[in-house]
Amino acid sequence: MAPIVSIKNLSKTYDGGHQALRDVSLDIEEGEILALLGPNGAGKTTLISSICGLVSPSRGKITVGGFDVIDDYRKCRALIGLVPQEIVLEPFETVFRTVSFSRGLFGKPRNPALIENILGQLSLLDKRNSALNQLSGGMKRRVLIAKALSHEPRVLFLDEPTAGVDVELRKSMWAIVRELKRSGVTIILTTHYIEEAEAIADRIGIISDGQLVLAEDKAALMGRLGSKQMRIDLQTPLEQVPDALEKYELQRTEDGSALTFTYDTQGDRTGITALLNDLGSEGIRIRDVQTSQSSLEDIFVDLVKEKS
Amino acid sequence: MNLQAVKAIYVFEMSRTFRTLLQSIVSPVISTSLYFVVFGAAIGSRIQEVDGVSYGAFIVPGLIMLTVLTQSVTNAAFGIYFPKFIGTIFELMSAPISFLEIVLGYVGAAATKALAIGLIILVTATFFVDLHIEHPVWMLVFLVLTCISFSLFGFIVGIWAQNFEQLQLIPLLVITPLVFLGGSFYSINMLPPVWQTVTLFNPVVYLISGFRWSFFGNADINVGISVAMIFLFLSLCLGIIWWIFKTGYRIKT
Repeated sequence: MAPIVSIKNLSKTYDGGHQALRDVSLDIEEGEILALLGPNGAGKTTLISSICGLVSPSRGKITVGGFDVIDDYRKCRALIGLVPQEIVLEPFETVFRTVSFSRGLFGKPRNPALIENILGQLSLLDKRNSALNQLSGGMKRRVLIAKALSHEPRVLFLDEPTAGVDVELRKSMWAIVRELKRSGVTIILTTHYIEEAEAIADRIGIISDGQLVLAEDKAALMGRLGSKQMRIDLQTPLEQVPDALEKYELQRTEDGSALTFTYDTQGDRTGITALLNDLGSEGIRIRDVQTSQSSLEDIFVDLVKEKS
Repeated sequence: MNLQAVKAIYVFEMSRTFRTLLQSIVSPVISTSLYFVVFGAAIGSRIQEVDGVSYGAFIVPGLIMLTVLTQSVTNAAFGIYFPKFIGTIFELMSAPISFLEIVLGYVGAAATKALAIGLIILVTATFFVDLHIEHPVWMLVFLVLTCISFSLFGFIVGIWAQNFEQLQLIPLLVITPLVFLGGSFYSINMLPPVWQTVTLFNPVVYLISGFRWSFFGNADINVGISVAMIFLFLSLCLGIIWWIFKTGYRIKT
């Protein structure tokens, strides 16, 4: 199946000379939830804005649903809903009117029943005639989502949907996102909360300094997370790892004073008992043992450091 | 063309007018009525006729133009500046619409509002003075074209303005002086010859003169030139808007 969003060699340099995106290529499959992770200023918002038509790319090509974002911008944008990072709403308008306005902008005829249905899903129905400046921050965020959904988009972009939002509201936002996925909407969200990406994404993309460092299935990434390391400090340094221990793929420190064993905690057998037995029969004496687990955060920090 | 979008913008803008009825319609009508009371009745009763028309009636076209010009520019400028200011413009820029639909929606609503206010003032004027409109169709043509061209101009101001001060600058420092000096309260024939020549550089003179011709059948300037000037101004504004559309000036990065 062709990807719903396809980005090829996208670069963006702003007028001031700041290069926000460097040669980003990414395919997004229909129906998935992709989380774009990255520190502030990494280029997440520029990437989303380029797809949605708010920023003109300097180089590269983007298609949504097969339509080019520039040549076929009408057909392309009709498929997209965008929830911006900042809460921007007409303060004196009512909820219902501002959501209906969005639907009209996207060329769809009036449909009060559908708008009420969307407001209901987002627990905003009883606020439909309230002025926007009377709503709480969390409600305003949901109004922005309602606006983005008002024209029944196939792809929804959520730019930092839970930035500055309390824990309870964050959880309810995640529930909304999962519900939207069930209704068949493809969701791309940016976040700098690793926990958020872990909780709701199918796939995780990491952006740093304008480059897409990684885009990987969350399960695969979690697999990498599932592995642990055991560091074995030795009484006497080893010149080289004995052949009998080759199957454990041990890593020897430079001075030979320690060995590192990587194992999978998810597997039936970790191989630790066997390794310790074999070390004993090789006459290698152990001084200390410590284990550690790399988190998504470690992977993230390593990748970001590597690139910069 | 995305007509639904034009309609959505137009309806949204017009609903703002009705929500702020006092500020957007009642207040310009009241302030114009004050002009009628002061200039038309109090001072006007001591002024002889101008070009065979009573002074009270003579100032009606000028007063309508004064309000229509200011309202067109202010409404259209505010209409597009406000979304820019609060950030909701992102929605216009990410919607499947071109600049044409945005202009049609905002300028259409601003021009409608200005036209409505102009007509209300015209009706109000009949309570103060005896009015006979010589060329009613031309009167409407002048009024509608003025509303459209100056709403376009206001839209440009709204795109250009980067703060509220700049937004106020053009209506207060450009439009109001030009209208006052453009013969709203006098015939330019009443000026010394040198000032008559200077006045010809004021584009508003042609508007007021043409508009006054449609009321009373005589004008300071040939009516053909007035019509040509309106079209010139209209084309100029359309040209600038086309350029903004092409370059994304102050709206797109």
